[in-house]
Amino acid sequence: MSRRVAITGVGAVTPLGVGAGALSERWEAGESGIDDGLGRCSEFEPTDHLTRRQVRRTDRFTQLALVAAGEAIAQAGLDQAPYDRAEIGSVMGTGIGGLSTIESEHILLREKGQRAVSPHCVPQMMANSAAGALAIEHELRGQCYGTVSACAAGAHAIGAAARMVEHGDAIACVAGGSEAAITDLATAAFAEMGATSPTGISRPFDRRRDGFVMGEGAAVLVLEDAETAELRGAEILGYLAGYGSTADAHHMTAPEPSGEGAARAIRKALADAEVEPGDLTYVNAHGTSTPLNDRSETEALKTALGEHAGTVPTSSTKSAIGHLLGAAGAVEAVATLGALRAKVAPPTLNLEEPDEDLDLDYVPLECKELPLNGHPAVGISNSFGFGGHNVVLCIEAAA
Amino acid sequence: MTTATKDQLTERVITALVEFGEEPENVKPESRFEDLDIDSLDLVELSQVIEDEYGVEITDKDMDQIVTVQDVVDFVVARQS
Repeated sequence: MSRRVAITGVGAVTPLGVGAGALSERWEAGESGIDDGLGRCSEFEPTDHLTRRQVRRTDRFTQLALVAAGEAIAQAGLDQAPYDRAEIGSVMGTGIGGLSTIESEHILLREKGQRAVSPHCVPQMMANSAAGALAIEHELRGQCYGTVSACAAGAHAIGAAARMVEHGDAIACVAGGSEAAITDLATAAFAEMGATSPTGISRPFDRRRDGFVMGEGAAVLVLEDAETAELRGAEILGYLAGYGSTADAHHMTAPEPSGEGAARAIRKALADAEVEPGDLTYVNAHGTSTPLNDRSETEALKTALGEHAGTVPTSSTKSAIGHLLGAAGAVEAVATLGALRAKVAPPTLNLEEPDEDLDLDYVPLECKELPLNGHPAVGISNSFGFGGHNVVLCIEAAA
Repeated sequence: MTTATKDQLTERVITALVEFGEEPENVKPESRFEDLDIDSLDLVELSQVIEDEYGVEITDKDMDQIVTVQDVVDFVVARQS
């Protein structure tokens, strides 16, 4: 059994603001959500959107997920969908989970002892709590779980959800990723391993790039059996057309230099979508702004797309919002759909000095129109994670 | 640790439940926890507050007998004396 997977709703909370529209429009306009070397969701005030009780009993990563999901589900009209709630799944990725809860409760334990630890600590810190919270909030009674694959987690969640719908295990699945790991421990740990940018500038593919900028946020998509969505009159925004997922099996944090594992994931996603490299109109790169990723990703694109790699516009959302870790794949899937629907390639910000051999069209500084010539707007979004995870989503905008 | 009057304790318990997210107008001395949006984890947190501020331990077994806001207050008053 294989069904076409429609995207009927999207939602996002990112350093560019609350809402998927803010993400796409501000990125296209070349705005940055990075301030003082961090991509915080500074416009996000949890109590504007959630009850006091919800805010008090959830970690920030779940709060971000709840708000992004609320937007996506409202757009899809999923709360009014005329089928059993047991036919709706919920899959949410995160790199870490409730890290600020873990850190603050650990301080209480050390300073005051066991009786000071909150009984709400476990449900707040566990990495699957965003998926569970979405299911509870929206009565989603189908399959529900979290995916954990570092910076590929959000994309894995979407891929798993697409397979669920394709296979008929659910009519719809709410899927995405969330992360709120701008904490003392995580910022120190990423800095000590040399992953984050000491200058605090996200400039993917620039020869001066020196690491990623940490960001936080969430994005959620509603994936739905296309035929059912059409029957109930839902607006179809686009399609999750293909999914490819592989492992480098090389090193826990360094990408395999040739990009062979990433290239295989790209090829798998394209084959799954029955899309030829020449049909691709946009690539949303993982583009972290680390020296290693941007080079190996460029190699992977050249290997997988051949001569077309040099001509398809390829840009990095991380240049505008930083690296949202387990939320990145989901946020970038939403950004990819937004770009395809607007028929533009948003820019790679801060890319001023090209690096040797990094010679793709990275759309530096200003957005450009996608040269569609009447063809469908089809793109891929790459996500790679520590652990050697490679995930590629192929997304098509509705005509 | 302080020894609190019944009124002070009632006010403290109600304040705690409101902090937990319950609406102030819903919480009365006679309110039953099962009728409020207060679950077993909230009750554990309430027992932590009481132990911390009044030095009275409320065990899980004690909790089984506690149904209303007033029950908590009466329990603490009895243990304090």
